[in-house]
Amino acid sequence: MSKLVEIKNLHVEATTDAGRRIEIIKGVNIDIAKGEIVALIGESGSGKTTIALTLMGYTRPGCRIADGALLVDGKDMAGLSERERAKVRGTEVAYVPQSAAAAFNPSQTIMDQVIEVTRIHGLMTSDKARERAIELFKALSLPWPETIGERYPHQVSGGQLQRLAAAMALIGGPKLVIFDEPTTALDVTTQIDVLRAFKSVMKAGGIAGVYVSHDLAVVAQIADRIVVLKGGEVQEEGTTEAILSTPAHPYTQELLSAFEPKETQFAGKRTYKARPLLEIENVIAGYGPIQADGLPFMTAVRTVSLSVEKGRNLGIIGESGCGKSTLARTIAGILPASAGNIIFDGKELHHDARRRSREALREMQIVFQYADTALNPAKPIEDILGRPLSFYHGLKGKARDTRVNELLDMVRLPKALRYRHPSELSGGQKQRINFARALAANPKLIICDEITSALDTVVAAAIIELLKELQRELDLSYIFISHDLSVVEAICDEIMVMYRGEKVEHLTREDVKSPTHPYSKLLFSSVPKLDPTWLDTLVLEPELVRQYGGA
Amino acid sequence: MTQSAPSTSAAPGIFGYTFSFVGILAFAVILFWAVVALFAPQIAPYPIGKIVDMDYFGPMSSKLWLGSDYLGRDMLSRIIFGARYTLGIALAGVLIASSSGVILGMAAAVVGGWFDTALSRFMDAMISIPSKLFGLVVVAAVGSSLPALILTLAFIYTPGSYRFARALAVNVNTMDFITVARIRGENTLYLAISEILPNIIRPVLADFGIRFVFIVLLLSGLSFLGLGVQPPLADWGALVHENIQGLSFGSAAVIAPSIAIASLTISVNLLIDNLPRKIRDRSA
Repeated sequence: MSKLVEIKNLHVEATTDAGRRIEIIKGVNIDIAKGEIVALIGESGSGKTTIALTLMGYTRPGCRIADGALLVDGKDMAGLSERERAKVRGTEVAYVPQSAAAAFNPSQTIMDQVIEVTRIHGLMTSDKARERAIELFKALSLPWPETIGERYPHQVSGGQLQRLAAAMALIGGPKLVIFDEPTTALDVTTQIDVLRAFKSVMKAGGIAGVYVSHDLAVVAQIADRIVVLKGGEVQEEGTTEAILSTPAHPYTQELLSAFEPKETQFAGKRTYKARPLLEIENVIAGYGPIQADGLPFMTAVRTVSLSVEKGRNLGIIGESGCGKSTLARTIAGILPASAGNIIFDGKELHHDARRRSREALREMQIVFQYADTALNPAKPIEDILGRPLSFYHGLKGKARDTRVNELLDMVRLPKALRYRHPSELSGGQKQRINFARALAANPKLIICDEITSALDTVVAAAIIELLKELQRELDLSYIFISHDLSVVEAICDEIMVMYRGEKVEHLTREDVKSPTHPYSKLLFSSVPKLDPTWLDTLVLEPELVRQYGGA
Repeated sequence: MTQSAPSTSAAPGIFGYTFSFVGILAFAVILFWAVVALFAPQIAPYPIGKIVDMDYFGPMSSKLWLGSDYLGRDMLSRIIFGARYTLGIALAGVLIASSSGVILGMAAAVVGGWFDTALSRFMDAMISIPSKLFGLVVVAAVGSSLPALILTLAFIYTPGSYRFARALAVNVNTMDFITVARIRGENTLYLAISEILPNIIRPVLADFGIRFVFIVLLLSGLSFLGLGVQPPLADWGALVHENIQGLSFGSAAVIAPSIAIASLTISVNLLIDNLPRKIRDRSA
């Protein structure tokens, strides 16, 4: 097979605000054959998106291609003028962004935006472009292909929009399409449809692709070859089968092992009937004004009951919009429940956090998904961790300093980090600080709301390990909310499945392999597996998909 | 907002900050006027009200550097003394306006509910009053005195500062770290001062600078209408006003105070746009 893309000895430099130059890509060589899909995989900051963008001759502001050649179909993208590059973009190389929702203009119809590429490059008449777009919509198995183009971006679902973004990239008839984490923001049930659509279109058109992702299981479904990156260098390169079966590089092995369920000791079976730490009875919560029947305008959580026992963990799982985060906020009192009881440690709690005692607030802590917004960017770490110490425990001066150091030590971070600001930490470090702040209160229960969702696989696995260790040391209980079954399975004794605000199933560790509710079945079978044939052999009951499927 | 476009000529970092050349220049001009205002009696060659030239609208000479005004008084001395009023009144006015606006704005964002609604509607009503007209009415009612001028200027510019601070604070208020602080049980004062203020301080300072410029201009406008600082004292606006007939003589008496106003306001704006930026790259 002839080569479509040759990246030779690519170096990309970034200039920091102090005028210092750092090399972020250090001599990368990658070849892509015609019609081949190559995945770039690695943790955040490994340079995978930077490399993908250089294929269009583009670098982000402050960066520049310092050295090397980028041959795309014989043309050196690094050497072309901006005008020549513009000609190539959209016609020979196209790009599918991570968030299609942010990439579409909300005030234009989808069709206008999809065929814009043909108009800019004068490729075909607008009628012809429309026909071509409708063909693509059909090929991407979008519903109502004839009319979906007349809609505005907010009138279609996230999974559909992601496929429409692919149609936008494909309409110019490119030879190479760059996918930048296109399914990361989607639910697992939706992800399947999108992956299938991408795969079939790419194979049918013989189009080469670069697929950027940090999710090895997703990559295994779509890529022919995998390039593993770390620190701007290629660590390992090989066919998908070879990388998955015989990974040579330690980092690749680490990536793979993050997928394997770890052997852990879970709390033994209940021997005595203990009083639960937290009991929720028939809680109803939602948003908007209270209606005549005493319920909020939009109920997000409908009569949910659950209980958490001391030293045991409850996982809550479901797709986005199922009310799992609302439930967490209701338990914490951020969003007061409209009805029901919340009993914590034998005492009934007020629905509103403002009316709860300081002690009750201290014993139940919540950790949010995005450490970026959960940590005050204007404060150094020692103030962030120190505040709950002085607020709940009255610690001052030296005692407070010692305790901050202890907390940093607990979450396995160096003490020197205490003088830094959150923006100077990595995603994983921030999430550890986020968790350490909850620990500072000496709580009995910590509600973890999707705390690993924004992290890379390897970093997330390390956080889960940390949580388990701390549980053993500090006698904690967790409520662990996630859309990722493997994460919940790794840490929880019991799993609760939520769908559209209701609890549909309660599973223990023993019967997690055999869910009985149809939605749980669909959800569990949609989690991508490392097996490259998984997507092709996966058979979902059409009835199930029609009833519960996302897109 | 505060993040200005990176300047082309950044000096190397000092104390972990980068300073731009334009910012330093603007700061120097402001510092110059501040020194002039502070040491006016020592610097000024003649007393403020003394008639030193037999001719009116006299030309620039070695004796009278900026010529003389419509009564034959030394223009340079009058501008030096005028700096005291222009800078002093504007600074006092902007301090009162910005601090009360920011405090109320943060309180409205944190407390929310009816408090926010009532305060915001009241401020909206105040914004709807034309500022020059309001100044005219107040001066006509209570007469022109320095405290009355300062309070009027502060009153006129508080609603704008409130709106600005509230908009910023509302954005910060929806962040998760505020929620975390709330369910920790923190009170409103802590939320406003310790969690919100550090995150809005830079745009608030920028707004402070712009508002300072507005006040200088409004004060000059009021003085031009004869409602500001009263003779024989004069701020720069009043100096332009009283020498306006000199325009047809091509006298320096009109252009000099105008240049003073322009240099101060432009410098303040340039300084705001080029505040020292913290270097985040620590390993440099």
